[in-house]
Amino acid sequence: MGQLIADGILTGAILSLGAIGVTMTLGILRFANFSHSELVTWGGYFALTFVAFAGTTAETFGPLSFGWSFVGAIVFAAVATAGLALLVDFLVFARLRRRRAAEMTLVFASFGVALLLRHVIVVIFGPQAVYYTGTLQFAIEILPGVRVMPDQMLVLALTLVLVAGLHLMLKYSRLGIAMRASAENTDLARVHGVDVRMVIRWTWAIGGGLAAAAGVFYGLTVQMRPEVGFALLLPLFTAALLGGSGSVYGAVLGGLIIGLSESLSVLIIPTGYKQAVPFLILLLILYARPRGLFGDASR
Amino acid sequence: MMGLISYFSFFLMLALIYGIATMGLNLQWGFTGLFNAGVVGFFAIGGYAFAIIIGPDREGLVGGFEMPFVIGLLGALVFSALAAVIVGLATMRLRSHYLAISTFGIALTIQLVALNFESLTAGNLGLIGLGRPLADAFDTPLGFNLFYLGLVVVATLVVYGALQMILQSPWGRVLRSIREDEEAAISLGKDVRLFRLQAFVIGCSLMGLAGALYVGSIGYVSPFDFLPILTFQIWTMLILGGSGNNRGAILGAIVVWGVWTTSGWFISSILPPAWQVRGAASQVILIGLILVLTLLYRPRGLIGERISVSSGARLDGQ
Repeated sequence: MGQLIADGILTGAILSLGAIGVTMTLGILRFANFSHSELVTWGGYFALTFVAFAGTTAETFGPLSFGWSFVGAIVFAAVATAGLALLVDFLVFARLRRRRAAEMTLVFASFGVALLLRHVIVVIFGPQAVYYTGTLQFAIEILPGVRVMPDQMLVLALTLVLVAGLHLMLKYSRLGIAMRASAENTDLARVHGVDVRMVIRWTWAIGGGLAAAAGVFYGLTVQMRPEVGFALLLPLFTAALLGGSGSVYGAVLGGLIIGLSESLSVLIIPTGYKQAVPFLILLLILYARPRGLFGDASR
Repeated sequence: MMGLISYFSFFLMLALIYGIATMGLNLQWGFTGLFNAGVVGFFAIGGYAFAIIIGPDREGLVGGFEMPFVIGLLGALVFSALAAVIVGLATMRLRSHYLAISTFGIALTIQLVALNFESLTAGNLGLIGLGRPLADAFDTPLGFNLFYLGLVVVATLVVYGALQMILQSPWGRVLRSIREDEEAAISLGKDVRLFRLQAFVIGCSLMGLAGALYVGSIGYVSPFDFLPILTFQIWTMLILGGSGNNRGAILGAIVVWGVWTTSGWFISSILPPAWQVRGAASQVILIGLILVLTLLYRPRGLIGERISVSSGARLDGQ
């Protein structure tokens, strides 16, 4: 049981990072971007490419499975994925926004974009699962019956750092305040001199960067394959909606809850149905409290 | 020559079956503005319901009803409608992206049920040996193919006719008014949620019907006939053909299915075996490009919606 909780927290951490981007797009750009989960996949593969070119250094950090080149890989992946998100916005979503397209048209387009992003990965990298490193890691027993790998603990720590950093940024920096204002009321923010276009660009950049982190962490602790994003689509959106669309803290909490629920669900339902757990939670949210935990009742 | 006719009739049959599903999606998206991201799920429900209803008795499996073909079709309609109600009731009063993610979720859940609920669906083995309607009456596969094609053509015409009828009825006019200006419709006392739910359920049952016809043509059903890509294919068929127009839906289905099968043929004959998976991915990229480019540059599709003006309107500028 403890092991399930530990695994659930780890999954939840990864989901939280992805869900933040989803909820920010919902709040600031006001549409459900179903291609966000593909950014997770691309982040993972960008890191993979970096590692392949830069070569894994022989020295690793203590018990972790990687060394400096991997740190470079994470940074590269974050920047590259942010760039990809901006590119997609430029090519598709911004064009539709200029045409004042309905929200559902944007959602529709995002599904098409997701399709493209996912399958371009297959064409470039092939369909097989890949790993960042060939070395095996030994799990450490931190509590009786709970085994965690050093990599997993690092992922959790880094996620906390990222979320804390985001929280500080949103609360105290000018950009953060501008983003929160735009999420609440875009027109009013514009009236007060907020450059909404810049806010939008940063929304994509931050969302993309966090998605890349999620992808790299997933690839590090599980594996990397082209369907990673697609498999995360439902959990990510459920997490974002559970937390309340537009709420970053909600997304973090939502991610943890979904991760834990999925993990603990094997105690009551057959494992074959595990992937349906987010859907069941989603239905529950929709029937009981559609605005989620911290969401605005008007959304 | 015979082979070509057989192949072509099979192609057209599948295109029309997908056309029926596309018309269902058209009712939901084109006329009501509802976003169904789980088309394949309702298609699968129809297919499996049909298979279980008409299938022979199998050891360890629910079934053995061996009902006639038409009852199977009706069952498909009913069960897809039921699933649509479950999802629809939860989401009709909410913003459309809630429906999108819910339908996506239900399609995934259906796939898991198909794979895991072995006593109902035989898991990944699928249900085989389904009796095909009047199969014994035909000596050659070509004969049966042409007969089934005729069946599907009739079904398509019936569905098209029925849809046109209800869309031109007062019910259809309310639907369009909801899409154009929801608040005006509400102010006239229309129960918008109910209309939306009705459109959603009817559209999903059509998708279930298509699924049943599909299973009926091949005589077996398995989870691998219902992959997520089907949802995207049907959307592309609708968007390319022209959402809001049922003839566009059928045309889009034929064109997109044609592009898919032609590109598939090219890939399997030109690319070496090691590249087949990448080739298949390129097919999907092609579909995705058609979808996104159509949305960006020709949103009305090949045949846009016929803008109808009420007979009472004055067009001379007075």
